[in-house]
Amino acid sequence: MEDKNLQSGTNLAASPTANWEPRIVAFLCNWCSYAGADLAGVSRFQYPPNIRIIRVPCSGRVSANMILDALKAGADGVLVSGCHPGDCHYISGNLHARRRFGLLKNFLEFLGIEPGRINFSWVSASEGEQFSEVVKKVTGRVKALGPTRRLVKEIRID
Amino acid sequence: MSDTNAKITEEIRAKARELLSSGEIAAFLGFTSGSLPMTTRPFVAKRPGDADKLIWNSFCVMNLANYLPALLESLEPPRGPKDPPPAGPLPKVGVVATGCCSRNIVVQMQERQVDRSRLVILGVSSRGMVDRKKVMAAAEGREPLKVEEGGHTLKVSGRDYELEIDRWSAVRDNCLTCAHNNPVISDYLIGPVSNRDVKDRFAQIEAIEAMPANARWKWFTDEIASCIRCYACRNACPLCYCPTCFVDDSRPQWVGKSTEPADTALFHILRAFHCAGRCTDCGACESACPMGIKMRLFTRKLSKDAFNLFGAEAGLDPQAQPPLATYRPDDPEEFLIVEEKK
Ligand code: SF4
Ligand code: SF4
Ligand code: SF4
Repeated sequence: MEDKNLQSGTNLAASPTANWEPRIVAFLCNWCSYAGADLAGVSRFQYPPNIRIIRVPCSGRVSANMILDALKAGADGVLVSGCHPGDCHYISGNLHARRRFGLLKNFLEFLGIEPGRINFSWVSASEGEQFSEVVKKVTGRVKALGPTRRLVKEIRID
Repeated sequence: MSDTNAKITEEIRAKARELLSSGEIAAFLGFTSGSLPMTTRPFVAKRPGDADKLIWNSFCVMNLANYLPALLESLEPPRGPKDPPPAGPLPKVGVVATGCCSRNIVVQMQERQVDRSRLVILGVSSRGMVDRKKVMAAAEGREPLKVEEGGHTLKVSGRDYELEIDRWSAVRDNCLTCAHNNPVISDYLIGPVSNRDVKDRFAQIEAIEAMPANARWKWFTDEIASCIRCYACRNACPLCYCPTCFVDDSRPQWVGKSTEPADTALFHILRAFHCAGRCTDCGACESACPMGIKMRLFTRKLSKDAFNLFGAEAGLDPQAQPPLATYRPDDPEEFLIVEEKK
């Protein structure tokens, strides 16, 4: 049934079944977190297979539009991960992003979106193990919340 | 018309006439009366004689800063997109500005949308503008045909009724909590300066924050349920000058064209977010909405956070950077997940 939804190309929202697994969209910075994910794989650190990685040039590239678009398409959670402060390949992209994400997270929670749907983290290219920890934590949070309903665009395909 | 308004109107007219006849400005942007009671329209005077059409009252709810960039551009000699700007000073524009409007001009200066040297600003302290919808509610559905302003009252009359209400009870929500009703920049000050002192200016937001998450979600979805996506709120806003707004993007299409609840919610979230740290709480968006949606509460929450987290208030200092265009090394980051290295 998951596949059917995927094929429609518009709505990934899953129905809450016993073996429901969340789908989490992860925007990872090319220079750090993406490499961190790679390292986690190479070093065989286990993490839940719930994330769908989208590689971006910088966490500063990730706009509110992109995060909300993921939620609209039915992602149960979103993770944005970039370089630690001071390590940005573009010097200050992550520091600009930090302000934006802080405001956005507060704002979405103010409107009643569950805390835990959108998550942000810093993971460097050498932190494979930390990456797997972050994914475990985020997956746990999203699992506890259950399937996403708010902000999902419902398009019926029957 | 109350005495204060009559005096301010006279002074605005006199100054506009003077500036236009001396040739210092090529156009004067102010308000003129609308066709219905309690409405005004933005008005551009280009000849000294037009100055008599300018007015000032409690219904000047639109934000004139919204029209400045296009008005300034229209006065420049025509040129191709790659031609250099003409040599010598360009024609100037005079504009009436209340506290919020002057702050929006400051934001436009920060964002390089207007050139201060081309503006002559007539600052007016706002006494708080009146919300037509509140007056309509007080009239209980009877059509107001005439509304007269006294010092502190509004006299509403219709076909078979007459009503006197307290002016302050009908003042817009944003004006009730406005802490900057005196213009922050101006070349001439007109009318009395206000010394209003507002204490709990984020009280409305704190009340919503105190509700449980499910109640907040219900409040949000109920509030926007009647939105017809006319985008009047966006068009009225001086911050929204994007040549292509995200709502019109088709690849990717951030929001669909329908009034499907998720699309409407996304429109409101993103529009408000684009105003984060830039919104002056002028209330033009809310005043323009035909459906009475209180979308100002969304931008207000963002202003509250920008103030508390980054110490930033929009439009107070032309030299300052907008808060989302800058950063500090010690910005709050408790919300971030950071795993310690083992
Ligand atoms: S002006 Fe009102 S109805 Fe129109 S798009 Fe904005 S909120 Fe919706
Ligand atoms: S809503 Fe956003 S994209 Fe649209 S005009 Fe305003 S700032 Fe620009
Ligand atoms: S979002 Fe509304 S209150 Fe804020 S500046 Fe724009 S029109 Fe004014």
